[in-house]
Amino acid sequence: MALQHVERAQEPAKASLLYDPKVRSLFFQVVLILALIFGVWWIVDNTIENLRRSNISTGFAFLRGRAGFDISDSLIQYSSDSTYGRAILVGLLNTVLVAITGIVTATILGFIIGICRLSRNWLLRKIAMVYVEIFRNIPPLLVIFFWYLGVLSVLPAPRDSFVLPFGSYLNSRGFYFPRFVWAEGAWLIIAGLIVGIALAWFVARRARARQMATGEQFPVFWTGLALIVGFPVLGFVLAGFPLTIDFPKAGTFNLTGGFNVKPEFLSLYMALSFYSAAFIAEIVRAGIQGVSKGQSEASAALGLRSGMGLRLVIIPQALRIIIPPLTSQYLNITKNSSLAVAIGYPDLYAIGGTILNQTGQAIEIVVIFMVIYLGISLATSLFMNWFNTKMALKER
Amino acid sequence: MDEHDVSWVRTEMALAQPAPASQTGIVGWARKNLLATPLDGVLTILALLAVAWVLPQILNWALFSAQWTGVDRTACLTASQGGAHPDGWSGACWAFVGAKFGQFMFGRYPVDERWRVILTAVIFVALVAPLLVPRAPYKRLNAILFFAVFPFVAFFLLVGGFFGLRFVETSEWGGLMVTLVLSYVGIVVSLPLGVLLALGRRSKMPAIKLLCVIFIEAVRGVPLVTVLFMASFMLPLFVPPGMTFDKFLRALIGVALFASAYMAEVVRGGLQAIPRGQYEGADSLGLGYWQKMGLIIMPQALKLVIPGIVNTFIGMFKDTTLVLIISMFDLLGVVKQHLSDANWATPQTAKTGLVFAALVFWLFCFGMSRYSIFMERRLDTGHKR
Repeated sequence: MALQHVERAQEPAKASLLYDPKVRSLFFQVVLILALIFGVWWIVDNTIENLRRSNISTGFAFLRGRAGFDISDSLIQYSSDSTYGRAILVGLLNTVLVAITGIVTATILGFIIGICRLSRNWLLRKIAMVYVEIFRNIPPLLVIFFWYLGVLSVLPAPRDSFVLPFGSYLNSRGFYFPRFVWAEGAWLIIAGLIVGIALAWFVARRARARQMATGEQFPVFWTGLALIVGFPVLGFVLAGFPLTIDFPKAGTFNLTGGFNVKPEFLSLYMALSFYSAAFIAEIVRAGIQGVSKGQSEASAALGLRSGMGLRLVIIPQALRIIIPPLTSQYLNITKNSSLAVAIGYPDLYAIGGTILNQTGQAIEIVVIFMVIYLGISLATSLFMNWFNTKMALKER
Repeated sequence: MDEHDVSWVRTEMALAQPAPASQTGIVGWARKNLLATPLDGVLTILALLAVAWVLPQILNWALFSAQWTGVDRTACLTASQGGAHPDGWSGACWAFVGAKFGQFMFGRYPVDERWRVILTAVIFVALVAPLLVPRAPYKRLNAILFFAVFPFVAFFLLVGGFFGLRFVETSEWGGLMVTLVLSYVGIVVSLPLGVLLALGRRSKMPAIKLLCVIFIEAVRGVPLVTVLFMASFMLPLFVPPGMTFDKFLRALIGVALFASAYMAEVVRGGLQAIPRGQYEGADSLGLGYWQKMGLIIMPQALKLVIPGIVNTFIGMFKDTTLVLIISMFDLLGVVKQHLSDANWATPQTAKTGLVFAALVFWLFCFGMSRYSIFMERRLDTGHKR
């Protein structure tokens, strides 16, 4: 075999065009694009034909039309005389409201459960495990129904409401609690809050600089808390206590006054929080377990107490592992808020569906859905990516 | 050294003593796991109180006070509501689930034809069980039967209209059957489609790559409800006038497309974890693109992402409940539909029906996740670095 003669071609043999990777790749792409253009053309053609047959005009002009339906929960002024555009805005705000409240509660609950799952305490560990295994394995829609049909709608009628502390009531029409009615001069409180936050930030900066320079520590947390709480209180006193509290009062058929959280919002919010907390707990657990044991041992060796070690050494490193999956979990909560339609909470999706039934503008509504949900997704991921880079490992 | 009087020197080793009683057995375990610090002790007591408060209530509701038999709502009512139970009674109304069990499983599928669904289910179990047990033989034949032959058999059996079988419209389907059909089709379609999309996303051809990226990101960015909504309202607009799509088919398309976008991202994760050397090795062996992917890359990549794939399956199984929103009745949909049955309207009906549905979903999802853990351990061939 050693004597095998290898004929060296003077120039590389010309491969057939059929086997040239460049030609082939170009060919496949051209075919794909042609197929796509043809498919899109076919779809557009059919759609135009179908729309013409059912006499539906296209375009977004319908958004200025009169909506003509009522919305039970609205954060902004809305009546059935408002436009479709405003109805969609109401829906968007409701979606954002339930998503944000859900995210906050689910995060707090999820962190607590996640830390319980790593606790030394056997009982806590097992309770957290049971919680996670139950909620991870049932559909979110079922949790929503459970709260709505199984718990909140079998509560007593308004006349025998449950009386809760602080003048709140719970009955089949939702949760009632006292409303703060601000009188004139309340802006001083907001101003006080802003001044307090600004001063606290300034103090934190100075304290940090001083600690870097001299090593002396300054009780930043307590000073900051005093500033942030103290200034609004000062504003409150200066403005002459501009606050009356409107307590809900039990009437014959319904409660009047106070602030009413409807059962639809309540069940959606609770279901999203409880369901997502199970996933966040798993993310938190994986994050903390991902920090090697040597780190906590080293922090103990440096003389940090366990709370300090957790705060200064473990959590910052765990956050790096936690943030990316947490981002997608937040996006999931936002997307799951569209399940509101199943129980009649007027979120973006539910209102869009109503408008579609009234006007038949399927394409425009879907475009609006796509743009808004993709927009929310993009905004959330941009923010979380920014946070992620801020927390990322800084190698020096 | 001599001035020390060594009066006694041990010449043999002392016998090992048992550990002190406070460190072993239940006491030691409790000290270590429940009462390590004062805070731990307080937490344990609080947790015990919580468990002692909740667990008896749940058990009492679900088992001891539950109403197991009955023909209508009066079985589950208290005295003041017109039933036999004492006032203040609270217990599961399992009689409701018993009475509606057939509907929960088959929906409105004709009673005389239900044997067809059961037969399909039996074939399904007979094919899937040996596929899941690693030691069972004839894996290749089994897989072909399960993925290629079974769908047709199931289609003929469930839809009918051939060989003297009565034609059953999909609008009469419902219950657990719909949930399982949707998930099976979603799984069988989304895995290959997801693999293709993932390969497309990593392709060197810009047009293909761009299309795949746009598809994946657009689908992942919107809720499944929106995709189902599109499938049910816009698909009919896209096809020539006069051509109609079955509603069930539209939901199937929506679910499968949605799942394949998520599957593509999972598979891409696996592809990224395969070292370059594997690609180069395959190239140097002279394998073409499909041979390289099919024989070298995919077997390794898919093995790496089994947990992710099963998670997607579980997610899809749970997501099938959303077809309720485009007014189709899967298990949850049927349960919810029957909650408003006036014959069974009691304060306990809703809770009982939903707990039953939760139990069924939980069993399937928990089973899948346990199997994935088992498979992950088995396939872990120790190449981890």
